[in-house]
Amino acid sequence: MSFINLVIYGIANGLIYAAVALALVLIWRSTRIVNFAQGGMLMFTTFIAWELVVKHHQSYWLGLVVAMAAGLVLGGFVERVLVRPVENGPPLNPVIVTLGLLLMLEGFAGMIWGNGLSSFPPEFSVNYYHVGHQVILFSPYFLFIVIAVAAVGLALYLLFQRSPLGLRMRASAFSPEVARLLGVRVGRMLTLGWALAAAVGALAGVLIAGTQPNYINPNGFDSLLIFGFTAAVIGGLDSAVGAVVGGVLLGVALEILDVHVSNDIDSFFVFALLLIVLMIRPNGLFARTAVRRV
Amino acid sequence: MTKAPLRLLATGVVVALAVAACGGGGSKASAPGVTATTVTIGSHQPLTGVAAPGYSEIAPASNAYFKYINANGGINGRTINYTYLDDGYNPANTVTVVHKLVEQDKVFAIFNGLGTPTHQAVVSYLNQQKVPDLFVASGCLCWNQTTTDPETFGWQPDYTVEGKILGQYIAKNFPGKKVGIFAQNDDFGTNGIKGLEDEIPASSVVSTQRYDPTNIKITPQVQALQQSGAEIVVSFSVPAFTALLKLTSVALKFNPQLVVSNVGSDPITLSGLISSFSKGKAPGQALIQGIISDTYLAPPSDASNSWIQLFKKIHDKYIPKLPFDGNVEYGMAAAYTFAQALKAAGKNPTRASIVAAVEKGGFSGPGLVPFAFSSSSHSGYTGVQIAKIQGLVGVPVGTPLVTDDTPKGAITPYTTAEPAAPSNGIPSD
Amino acid sequence: MKLPAVLTRSTALRNLAITVVAGLVLFGLTEVFSEYRNTQLANAGINFCAIAGLTVLTGLSGQISLGNGAFMFIGAYTVALLLKHHPSTSNPELVLIVVAAVVVAAIVGGFVGTAAARLRGPYLAGVTLALALGVPVLPDYQHLEGPLGGHAGLIVNAPGPPGGTLDLERWQAWICCLAALVTFFVLANLRSSRVGRSFTAVRDDEIAASLAGMSVPRIQILAFVVSAGSAGLAGAMLAIIDGQIGPQSFPLQISLFLLAGAVFGGLGSMAGAAYGAVLITFLGGWSTDLSNALSLPSKVDLNLPPAFYGLVLIVSMLLFPFGLQGLVRRGWHRVRTRTRPVEVAAR
Repeated sequence: MSFINLVIYGIANGLIYAAVALALVLIWRSTRIVNFAQGGMLMFTTFIAWELVVKHHQSYWLGLVVAMAAGLVLGGFVERVLVRPVENGPPLNPVIVTLGLLLMLEGFAGMIWGNGLSSFPPEFSVNYYHVGHQVILFSPYFLFIVIAVAAVGLALYLLFQRSPLGLRMRASAFSPEVARLLGVRVGRMLTLGWALAAAVGALAGVLIAGTQPNYINPNGFDSLLIFGFTAAVIGGLDSAVGAVVGGVLLGVALEILDVHVSNDIDSFFVFALLLIVLMIRPNGLFARTAVRRV
Repeated sequence: MTKAPLRLLATGVVVALAVAACGGGGSKASAPGVTATTVTIGSHQPLTGVAAPGYSEIAPASNAYFKYINANGGINGRTINYTYLDDGYNPANTVTVVHKLVEQDKVFAIFNGLGTPTHQAVVSYLNQQKVPDLFVASGCLCWNQTTTDPETFGWQPDYTVEGKILGQYIAKNFPGKKVGIFAQNDDFGTNGIKGLEDEIPASSVVSTQRYDPTNIKITPQVQALQQSGAEIVVSFSVPAFTALLKLTSVALKFNPQLVVSNVGSDPITLSGLISSFSKGKAPGQALIQGIISDTYLAPPSDASNSWIQLFKKIHDKYIPKLPFDGNVEYGMAAAYTFAQALKAAGKNPTRASIVAAVEKGGFSGPGLVPFAFSSSSHSGYTGVQIAKIQGLVGVPVGTPLVTDDTPKGAITPYTTAEPAAPSNGIPSD
Repeated sequence: MKLPAVLTRSTALRNLAITVVAGLVLFGLTEVFSEYRNTQLANAGINFCAIAGLTVLTGLSGQISLGNGAFMFIGAYTVALLLKHHPSTSNPELVLIVVAAVVVAAIVGGFVGTAAARLRGPYLAGVTLALALGVPVLPDYQHLEGPLGGHAGLIVNAPGPPGGTLDLERWQAWICCLAALVTFFVLANLRSSRVGRSFTAVRDDEIAASLAGMSVPRIQILAFVVSAGSAGLAGAMLAIIDGQIGPQSFPLQISLFLLAGAVFGGLGSMAGAAYGAVLITFLGGWSTDLSNALSLPSKVDLNLPPAFYGLVLIVSMLLFPFGLQGLVRRGWHRVRTRTRPVEVAAR
């Protein structure tokens, strides 16, 4: 029973890492950039939702929608203004720009909301289900996380695989020159990719904020970024399905390590896992190609 | 390391002499931070971070009391300037802000620096620099090291004393019940557990779980307590983690009798914390009823107590936006003790004279039990009274008890009544 | 401005001369500075060590490390543990302890560098970012809490100033500046040596470098070792002057601030590392002064530095890829060309 509990609990948390990983993969696929500002961007949009829901007593759903919309705008803006100029330069430059954005967003959030810890009460109960006297480490809120991430995953799948817009976006990412010749406005597609990614990230931020009291803090999402990055790397950084699988694997692995080794050094486990994965398969467990073009 | 730089530096003596002529060579005033009309003191406080809920009210409350003194003529004609800086309950920040207070702001003393891990980071520095380190806001045994840290004094009862008195209460009132322990993973937790285990038979402790204050995910620990079958859980935790313990227990349908050490038990703070995560669905007040704790100050709701009347008056005038809770009372009571010490340090206080004044002891102020201050003890209050949360008040039970931090030291009732507050609210000679 | 011929000919001699002059100036500064200014000077020295190491790694060898906070952590804990087990250490022995800290950090850097040599760009950034987050939490592991002091950290009882008449703060400024000068001398010479040129060769074109007979992984690992060792020295000195270290002394932000310092000064430049160190050390104080002058709330004051570092990173990449030192050099060049037009034309 307790092992099943670990797996269940790990999946619920892992799906949040998967959402962050999805955001990173979307951007990587279109622009070959890892958005290190993702943690800061979703922190900022989560604060916006928190401002609405907790400070101004608006509905949770409004907060969630506004956070995702803010993510959309922020993502598009960042691509257009900050990333576009360094997109084709040395690979180090976008890394430094996105890290700069991370610091800037953390600074701005601190100026606006302070550096204290705040709670974002979840819309659904976090009390675990029980079967008889046996606790199942799954709550109505976890169910909501599963549904929300599944819905976003499905929506992205339909967008990319079944819609003309998705086709244009894939074409722009796969071969910008050819796409441009075929009349696709590649720049606009890249902006849209960043915007969508940031909206998915915003969802992850609001979801994780509800799992624990006192979660929200300008620096509180740093580890979520690394967890998401690790999940994405496990999945190969190129594959959306890989990102989700990577997130779930990471969530379950961390839960097992938490209970059997230590609850206090998650970040170390993640570092070790990331290093091991990259040592064994530098292109991730699910990568289709083994080209070292990074 | 000495030889190489000295040779290098010898060549630079000419340059150095030239520049040194224009600057002061670090001569120290006899009492830094003291002028004819002011005394400047400083503190490090968790105004943000995990320990901020509740504790962030303490320094503003102390400051309100100092403002009250200043408005009424000060101490020996000097007003008290109180600079408290945020360290976020992060020892690394504590080092930075305390260096700044001592070196840049030239404070006379550090007053009521808050937190066990945080203040431990600066104790040797303060003692090296001979800065009086008065009334640390933590119950660690480590403030009572008269030989190595002669400048440092505790204030509140130490966690071992608290643990012993809580332990004795549990042993008497819940004999044979299984006890689980939930404690912060530093000297706060360790000192508390030590006292507790002096009084509770080792066989009844079924599980000891530690939490790290930088990690809010405590489900595994609470699950372990639940699986151990603990019927009583004793918690040595800051308020945010008491609230987390309660919320996680509720989520797991685990409902032991909670026993919480004083620093983690202020009912108004706990109730607010729990409510802030549950959108009013799990009202904080309902969840904390019946928690057993302890206190060494009169409950803030006791309107007949002369100290409460004084502190409430100051609260309403200077900090009306803060709740009048145990943290505010704590801050003002500690500030009162500082005012007493400053008064006793003489017309022209020096760093040595204020340390001597505290060691002389004999302060009578707010408090259900006396202080231990003497040249051989730098401990504060010597005991506590058990309290039980009813409504938003920790209601005292039985009589105040005093003891020491040794395993054999007897726990005895203290029956002397609390002295009344001076009519003008300012300590006199 | 004309340098003696012997100095222009030998870079080692020129670096030595710069080191000595800088040492004299710094010594003079410690004489006039207040206690607080000397503490800041000590911190600037520490920041210089870490930034100089980073600037060699990123600027010359083209690798990025966001994990320098982790190497500082390793250096600091090495010092703290050695001092804990050898309580009555003398100052000459302290030198050995600091050297040990540098060696330990460099060895760990070698391991990480071996892994890193297989990784490029964002992968490397991600792994080193995970390193910066993952290593400083180790003292929280329950089985390491005893030896490493848990989240409360360790007290570092370093020997004080010799003689007993010297101010503690001035002494600390001396030893930290000395560490910075040593770092400068070593790295400046390394930069102009064959090794330094092999770093840039690998950065500019890995394939060409390996065709020219260089072992690309070995060179990249060496750059990582140098950077880790410098960060270890910075951590060691930080432990000595703070008197206390803990997991929270090395948050992720430290590593990012160091990068901001290196980029601000100009990647690859020693002078740039010095500008960066000054920026990082004093920005917090300037921000407080500014906030006080404008009576801004303390949350603004506390968060101006990170926001500014972020701005520095972005603006540098978009507009001034060579940082402040790049601007200085360009300005210097313009002055020279204006004052000596004939000479330039003759070339």
